[in-house]
Amino acid sequence: MQNFLKAERVRFSYVNNMENPPVVNEVLKGVDLEIKKGEFVAVLGHNGSGKSTLAKCFNAINLPEEGEVYAVGFNTKDEDKILDIRQNVGMVFQNPDNQLVATIVEEDVAFALENMGVEPKEIRRRVDEALKTVGMYEFREHAPHKLSGGQKQRIAIAGIIAMEPKCILLDEPTAMLDPKGRREVLKTIKKLNRENGVTIVLITHYMEEAALADRVVVIDSGQVIIDDVPQKVFSQVEKMKSVGLDVPQVTELCWELKNAGFDISTEIITEDECVEALLGLLKKEN
Amino acid sequence: MAIIKTENLTYVYGEGTPFRKVAVDDVNLEIEEGEMVGVIGHTGSGKSTLIQHFNGLLQPTAGKIYIDGEELWKEKSRLREIRFKVGLVFQYPEYQLFEETCYKDIGFGPKNMGLSEEEIDKRVRETARLVGLDERILKKSPFELSGGQKRRVAIAGVMAMNPKILILDEPASGLDPKGRDKILGLIKEYHQEKKNTVMLVSHSMEDVAKNASKILVMNKAKLFCYDETEKVFHRADELTQMGLAVPQITRVFNRLKTAGVDINDDVYTLKYGTRLLLDILKK
Amino acid sequence: MLKDITIGQFFPGNSFIHKLDPRFKIVFTIAFIVMLFVADSFAGLGIGIVFVLMAFLVSRIPFKMMLKSLKPILPIIIFTSVLNILFIRTGDVIFKWSFIIITKQGFTTAAFMVIRIMALIVGTSLLTYTTSPIVLTDAIERLLSPLKKVKVPVHELAMMMTIALRFIPTLVEETDKIMSAQKARGADLESGNLIQRAKALVPILVPLFVSSFRRAEELALAMECRCYHGGDGRTRMKQLKCSYRDFVSLLIIAGFLAVIIVFNILGI
Repeated sequence: MQNFLKAERVRFSYVNNMENPPVVNEVLKGVDLEIKKGEFVAVLGHNGSGKSTLAKCFNAINLPEEGEVYAVGFNTKDEDKILDIRQNVGMVFQNPDNQLVATIVEEDVAFALENMGVEPKEIRRRVDEALKTVGMYEFREHAPHKLSGGQKQRIAIAGIIAMEPKCILLDEPTAMLDPKGRREVLKTIKKLNRENGVTIVLITHYMEEAALADRVVVIDSGQVIIDDVPQKVFSQVEKMKSVGLDVPQVTELCWELKNAGFDISTEIITEDECVEALLGLLKKEN
Repeated sequence: MAIIKTENLTYVYGEGTPFRKVAVDDVNLEIEEGEMVGVIGHTGSGKSTLIQHFNGLLQPTAGKIYIDGEELWKEKSRLREIRFKVGLVFQYPEYQLFEETCYKDIGFGPKNMGLSEEEIDKRVRETARLVGLDERILKKSPFELSGGQKRRVAIAGVMAMNPKILILDEPASGLDPKGRDKILGLIKEYHQEKKNTVMLVSHSMEDVAKNASKILVMNKAKLFCYDETEKVFHRADELTQMGLAVPQITRVFNRLKTAGVDINDDVYTLKYGTRLLLDILKK
Repeated sequence: MLKDITIGQFFPGNSFIHKLDPRFKIVFTIAFIVMLFVADSFAGLGIGIVFVLMAFLVSRIPFKMMLKSLKPILPIIIFTSVLNILFIRTGDVIFKWSFIIITKQGFTTAAFMVIRIMALIVGTSLLTYTTSPIVLTDAIERLLSPLKKVKVPVHELAMMMTIALRFIPTLVEETDKIMSAQKARGADLESGNLIQRAKALVPILVPLFVSSFRRAEELALAMECRCYHGGDGRTRMKQLKCSYRDFVSLLIIAGFLAVIIVFNILGI
């Protein structure tokens, strides 16, 4: 599809009118980014780097001051297409508590479909399917506030995938979860991408999560500064640290060894790769 | 003398209802003064319930707690006094800020202790310096600050009470890597400067490994172990089985050892791991 | 305590009562209230009570829950009875001491009032026990939908109610957390006079308000992302359909009401 998700020289500022004169805070300073259908892209950047603001441009919550944003083929400035865009570009937020509307799980998952005016029978079918996809079908009649953080976040994801979007933007979906909740949510995200072909844009602070993506985009001070496969991104250890980010421990270990003069690749991001490389190195050196 | 001591500490939620749940089961523990203790365990392991006992927010169903040698709950009138010895920083503490200025908010705890104006002023300024907040920020409303700054103001509010024991529940959660390092760094500095006991509750083993000298592991309401950091990570297999994620670096070294490399497998920080490998490689 | 309030609690089930159309259930509850107020004798009230007990049995809600629903209104019950006993001075005097006169009439009226209030609470709790809050709001929205013609924002009101129901437990939990946190900072919430206590609430209320605003903002954004644009063109997953059950129940209720009215006319 042409212009699946595309930002062209996008500028965006928040204006604080409470102050006199109003304080203008320019968050996006000319961002160019294109995401293709079916990709799994992780977006990294420290707090305030503009990554959430950018994500909200893709589903027409934020409209760029300058430049153009296209989502699923439409220009986000086209007001008639707003519902088409929102339905096809779903968004999941950090705090699971603050995005669930209804007091019953299945009612919540149905919320978007009801807004879209889908036929009741079709809503039922899609709600059941969405709940099964995230593995929460047996909880369909529960009250959300009694579930764990990971479960609530999966309900929120179900509420989005019930719209059958082509793309889901996730804004730090695991930040408030414990390790178990994080694993559950990540598994669900990966499954959606691999099995259902949903395009995923995952904003995160966890480097191990970013390592799972096909592509990593690093944003700093309102601009894209790195855009590459995870191996190439994380091997730039110094650059990552200079913008307040981290790299996986295994990458840093290999990088340290390389700096000490040993022949080891720094494009290593998983435990398996690291163990293999170290065993190889040890054999060679001894 | 132990600063915190528990004897058969047990806490049961909803006694007498169908929702009865033993949250802390027969915990015996002695924590020495000046220690930096990491507290780990998965959600529902009882770690949060346990720490809420240390400053008397929860009353044990059975068993005893001694803080600085004095039994908690023995005389209810002494409770508030003892509670001031144990500062508790909850998860997402910035959501508890309420005063007009950061200065006043940090001073809230000391004011409740009944300290004099000069003493409050001294403490507010001292802790503000410790957590890296300057004069300009002290005058601002806490609601104008960034997430990381708010968190530091909230932590300073407890530190200003100058507790003998400072307990922090997930102090770095929700922050970006730089924010995490900053918060954990200043907690470490506080510990080194004040020599007070610090307990750091965290899901992140990396954070605990980097900072704590001892680790307390809770599992299924019971105290699984309380021991020196390297000894605890030596039991990486058991921790993994419990559903706790050991640091990536620990897993790598465990696997190297399994693959027949003659190497220590109690590696839990990157620094130590790198040094170990370099030693072997340079031989 | 906040946790004791059972009104608004829902017990999922599959009974006859659970399956009734919620719109009818609301109408039935109103009819039941009318019944209680029309009845002017113990016999009439008795009929009303028989009706509500039957309904409880059919609903298979544990009997304990009926008693639990009465717990929070205990002060009102005591207050009403004392008031009635003390202030009704007609009828046979059974006790007299200085200005206090207690009459038989006082006792009967008190008993009558108490039974009426209790029946009222039990009946309305049954409605909330057997109907999920969201279905209930939905039914209210539909019952009131004719008011849309006179520009009453029925959908918006129902949406507000749903969101309130959804966030009450979350905010209760949050209040609890904030209280613990401030207590840990030495806040004294339990002692002092009224003004001091009111002042002590500031550290609880300010964070609670701030967080409620934050939640509201995030929720509004999340709703917008899920295509929310008011009530226009909205469909519902669960359609309300009336069935034979509703009409059978309607007949039964009409019968009970008729009996009470006949009792009144005959003066039983």
